[in-house]
Amino acid sequence: MQTDEAEGLPALDFPLCTKGVNMQDITISRKIISARNLVKRYNGKAVVDGINFQVYRGECFGILGPNGAGKTTTVKMIYGLSPISDGELTVVGLDAGRHSREIRKHLGVVSQDNNLDPELTVWENMIMFARYYGLRPAQIKGHLMQLLALMDLTDSAKARVDTLSGGMKRRLTIARSLINNPELLILDEPTTGLDPKARHLVWQKLRDIKQQQIAILLTTHYLEEATKLCDRLVIMDQGRILEEGEPLALVEKHVGSQVLELGLKTDPSAFQEMIMTRFPQLLKGSWLLGDTIHLYTGNGSCLLQKLQEIPFPYHYHLVRAATLEDVFLKLTGKEYVPSNED
Amino acid sequence: MKTDMRFPLFRLEISSRFLVVLQRNLLVYTKYWRSSLIFNFTEPMLYLAALGVGLGVFIPEIEGMSYLEFIAPGLLVSSTMWATSFECTYGSLIRLQVQKSYYAIITTPVSLDEVVLGDIAFGAFKSILYGSVILLVLLILGLVASPLALLVPLVLLLSGLVFAQLSMIWTSLAPNFEVFGYYFTLVLTPMFLFSGIFFPMDNLPLIAQRLAWLTPLYHTVQLCRGLISGQLPPAYLTHVLALIIFFLILFLPPLLLMRRRLVQ
Repeated sequence: MQTDEAEGLPALDFPLCTKGVNMQDITISRKIISARNLVKRYNGKAVVDGINFQVYRGECFGILGPNGAGKTTTVKMIYGLSPISDGELTVVGLDAGRHSREIRKHLGVVSQDNNLDPELTVWENMIMFARYYGLRPAQIKGHLMQLLALMDLTDSAKARVDTLSGGMKRRLTIARSLINNPELLILDEPTTGLDPKARHLVWQKLRDIKQQQIAILLTTHYLEEATKLCDRLVIMDQGRILEEGEPLALVEKHVGSQVLELGLKTDPSAFQEMIMTRFPQLLKGSWLLGDTIHLYTGNGSCLLQKLQEIPFPYHYHLVRAATLEDVFLKLTGKEYVPSNED
Repeated sequence: MKTDMRFPLFRLEISSRFLVVLQRNLLVYTKYWRSSLIFNFTEPMLYLAALGVGLGVFIPEIEGMSYLEFIAPGLLVSSTMWATSFECTYGSLIRLQVQKSYYAIITTPVSLDEVVLGDIAFGAFKSILYGSVILLVLLILGLVASPLALLVPLVLLLSGLVFAQLSMIWTSLAPNFEVFGYYFTLVLTPMFLFSGIFFPMDNLPLIAQRLAWLTPLYHTVQLCRGLISGQLPPAYLTHVLALIIFFLILFLPPLLLMRRRLVQ
């Protein structure tokens, strides 16, 4: 399906501007999702409130956000289960409002819930799904077998789905979503409810899929998942996009490279304020959770050293690498920023 | 306004893809058909034994038939009604709410309308299958008087579709499994008792007869009794017409109500 694309194109970059080639055309051909001022209202309340984003072929694009941020609603608008209230949404070059069925021919969707047919075997689940796509299972048997092999399910082909483990069910759901060679794979919280081992295996499989140059849209609230898989992501909260960028760049921009955690038994907020006013050049912000101050900094040990010079009643400290989770908490949680009124 | 233009409520998405959904249900059915068939077959046979044979000896002929002959076609029809109704209430809500199969299927090019139609078609399939098995038993018991009985499955297709549609309407509104109790107790059971299965409707007050006319079960019982006994006046075509009208009236509501439930 992606034969028109030269292999080895950078996953993220916009097409190079080459003489004689209309840049607009290439951009359109590579753009798998384009949302412009996309709005979804339920009973007058906007749950998706004017968001803009683009997803390109070959990249994994993440939508991060706490529960209720509007992630799943956005996904549902993409595959036509939720009508658009306002704005524009183009998927694989088609208007999502008008051509939902046509769009779904080019999508693979792994939704949040397990929705396999439990009474059927692994293989029967695969062939039924092929039929939903209008494919003849007998003609694509090899393709179906390959997908099962890709997901390490070959040996379980004859097993009933209700006998599978959670991780295997998830992998089967992913195998099933690839039957039609989709241009866009939508993963809606693909590892929710899995144990750590199963989750890591699923991540490995998703990285394998990424090699195939299809676009992946991932929604998650596992920040580790987003860091491992996404080339680019947006952070959503209350229906709006707060930030967009590459995971590591976002971490660097908002938090710096390190986080110093300090546990204080008495009056942590006063100390938080004191530190923030005293070492503004060392800090990119801070966040207070219970009795622990999270200090975002470029150099944690240097900051700690300075803090140790003043009498400071902390009972616990930890210098660690900053993660996307810190960005997430900073953007979606309550956070102390010296220059702001909050 | 923009939204309304993009999503006309009545833009149906129906194609032969609903047959794939039917095929899915049939495939699942191959996993449990034995237990299901025996269960659905036992109940009418018990009624037939208790009422037809037990009670029947005290009852003189009705409409020129023995009581056993009189109630056998009605019990055949009612058992198909129960089978279809169970399938399109409990069965469909399990697919919708527990297994979430509906949600899986509508991520593919199959539309929600087609999923609902596939379930309705499966309900009608059960009506035909169970009715035909019981018809075979009635034949063996010598309770089938006319070769016209071969047309019974056609009637059961039509009635099965109607009962499936009615059940599906209820399912699309059901927040949980408990509310099906109302449907079975307040809708289906009265229909079962007052649709001319156990006694001719002529004895009832006019209002009851009129009410019976508004039920699909009454028309189906009349038709099947006529076909099995061979006493089929041309006026019975009105029963066919009534069922067709039910089918047409009930075509859209389940589709639209299920959309209201799933598409938000």
